[in-house]
Amino acid sequence: MASIPVPDISLGAIAPEITLALTAVVALMLEVFAEKKGRDHIAYISLVGVIVACFITFRLAGDPSWTTFSGLYVVDRFGQFFKLICLLGTGMTILVSVKYNKDEGIDNGEYYALLLFATSGMLFMVSGSDMITIFMGLEVMSISLYALAGYTRKRARSNEASVKYFILGSLSTAFLLYGIALIYGSTGSTQIDIIAKAVSSGSGVEAVLDLGIVMLMIGFAFKVSAVPFHMWTPDVYQGAPTPVTAFMSAGPKAAAFAAFFRVFNVAFPSLQADWWVIIWILAVATMTVGNVIALLQNDVKRMLAYSSIAHAGYILVGFVAGGALGSSAIMYYMLVYTFMNIGAFAIVTVVGRKGEEKTKFSDFTGLGYRYPLMAVALVIFLFSLAGIPPTAGFVGKFYIFMAALKHGYVYLAVIGVVNSVISIFYYLRLSVMMYMQDEPGEDLPPLVFAPSLIAVMIVAIYGSLWLGIMPAGYISFAQSAFLAL
Amino acid sequence: MELLIFYMFAIVSVAFAIFMIVARKPVSSAISLIGVMFCLAVFYVLLNAHLIAALQILVYAGAIMVLFLFVIMLLNLREKQGAISYHRTALQLAGVAVFCALLVPFMSMVTIPGTSGGAGVSADFGTTAGVGKLLYTDFLLPFEIASILLLAALVGAVALTKLKMK
Amino acid sequence: MGAVAVGIAGAMLMLSEFLGPKHFFREKMEPFECGENQIVSPKQRYSVRFYLIAMFFIIFDIEAVFLFPWAVIFQQLGMFGFIEMMIFILLLGVGLIYVWKKGALEWE
Repeated sequence: MASIPVPDISLGAIAPEITLALTAVVALMLEVFAEKKGRDHIAYISLVGVIVACFITFRLAGDPSWTTFSGLYVVDRFGQFFKLICLLGTGMTILVSVKYNKDEGIDNGEYYALLLFATSGMLFMVSGSDMITIFMGLEVMSISLYALAGYTRKRARSNEASVKYFILGSLSTAFLLYGIALIYGSTGSTQIDIIAKAVSSGSGVEAVLDLGIVMLMIGFAFKVSAVPFHMWTPDVYQGAPTPVTAFMSAGPKAAAFAAFFRVFNVAFPSLQADWWVIIWILAVATMTVGNVIALLQNDVKRMLAYSSIAHAGYILVGFVAGGALGSSAIMYYMLVYTFMNIGAFAIVTVVGRKGEEKTKFSDFTGLGYRYPLMAVALVIFLFSLAGIPPTAGFVGKFYIFMAALKHGYVYLAVIGVVNSVISIFYYLRLSVMMYMQDEPGEDLPPLVFAPSLIAVMIVAIYGSLWLGIMPAGYISFAQSAFLAL
Repeated sequence: MELLIFYMFAIVSVAFAIFMIVARKPVSSAISLIGVMFCLAVFYVLLNAHLIAALQILVYAGAIMVLFLFVIMLLNLREKQGAISYHRTALQLAGVAVFCALLVPFMSMVTIPGTSGGAGVSADFGTTAGVGKLLYTDFLLPFEIASILLLAALVGAVALTKLKMK
Repeated sequence: MGAVAVGIAGAMLMLSEFLGPKHFFREKMEPFECGENQIVSPKQRYSVRFYLIAMFFIIFDIEAVFLFPWAVIFQQLGMFGFIEMMIFILLLGVGLIYVWKKGALEWE
């Protein structure tokens, strides 16, 4: 029989993913074979893996875009930029986790292995130019996250988070997969550029295609926690271990947005006139519901969960705007968001202390005087999240709303700005509590700042401030990244 | 002949499916679900999708149903807890009727003259060799990601059940 | 012809089900346990350990499933196919080693 020709493969293209997967394997093997001392290094070995993956990704970002693996995987600047965001989120999360995991008694290699697996899944998802690749990446990411959310399994909240995330996540995955199947049924391909050709030439079966697109949209909306598919977010974010929450709010979200954006802008640009309305509604609902409910929260983790929903709404504004401006605004915003959000969560892990987590608003009272540096850092992150100049969050929001305005979505931009004003209330409320109120009377053990946490905070402050003061370089990189899409 | 087999198994599978929904004992529901899956496997064979048929039995009727049964046993439901109430039968029937009514126009929209009957599908589409040829060449990357996925699932399962926490 | 055969067989089963005399009493309805009285109810909670084993079973089952199409076209795929499958198995082999060393296969 005739032998089957070898397909075109380029291991260099997926070198970052391979690095992460191999590092995860090393972490697992160290966990079961190494002595106690070796196991303490797993976190740092994982960090090295992430940094190496970062370098490779950066090297690949220079090239013009090219596809490999029979068109299932694309190397382009858009993908590499999002990959760097995901890797940044993972790296910072590893640093946040070191001390937290020791305190909670969960400093196992599996934790880091799962983080790395999740990250490799994200990278596949971000660079997938085929629905199957995107789906597989999404699954690797989600399965790892379900396990991570329930990692502190002695805590009932954590179990609840894991189960909820798993059930609702599986449901959304089913929607996504069904959407992919319907689109395949209509267009005869899962590869997004071939789908695009079939769609624009009108050779697809329209009813099936439309249903497929809607299903796909629901699936992605779940993953980016857009209203009304956000129900899982607050409980999962609150219940999961805090570093995992920080992780979930950055990388997976960026990856989901990247895939969402890529699929809709590459495969269905000819139907943009139909789907932008849906995204518009999603964006407005997400921003408004997220911000208004965040006003009512008394738990910082839960407040940040709703705030992350609101931020997903802002990013959807950029999605509606589309084009080079909209996409570069999304990319810049996601980058900034990673810095400021993980920074904020890092401080929550510190204030939460060991064991029972102290994450209520009232646990933050008076911290401004006892720990002035930390309080200033948290204020910077909160101001950046609120979008107050000169922080990076301001620049990010500015670009997103400018993109919306330039493309004629005036109402959307106005609603976005009103929402940012609403959001200032709750971010400011936390800041005010740290300075204007006395500490609670009970004697609490002092906060402990591990070196790894200080490193994370420095990186996060750098990101939240420097990107705000000097955004030009990043923006132009993001813009060049879109043009290559 | 093919049509006869199809209708026989179609009736059986619908019967199993209905029994699965109305059964009072969760275990009976699960067992009838296995029946449904076997019938589906027959349909796949009829469609020349031999690999999918094998997967259906190996993975669904075998592995996944084992998990279903374990979960049912683990929860140890009483008969009443698992069963649905029959108070709203009329409402449920109405729901099913509406759904079917909605399906009719949708199906008429979908059927396009000339495309039914699998036009443009190569001869080995869906056969084991055909799937293999695609899976191990064009879809090599997702195939390898699947191994990462399975490994992550393995680690996750152990992490959630077996890890010793200090 | 076949339909008639199926019809007759089905009809006989149905008729005996509906027409046949039936006597229900407690002993008859119990599960048969070597003629002894039932000691414990069969409806018991299963240990969660079974569940973990079932999970492993699924995962390695799916791994095995991937081998079927590979085996069918192994000759045509040649060395390339061998290498790709070895990578696949190696990664899951790592999983097996991990599970084994972790003691997750032991029944404690």
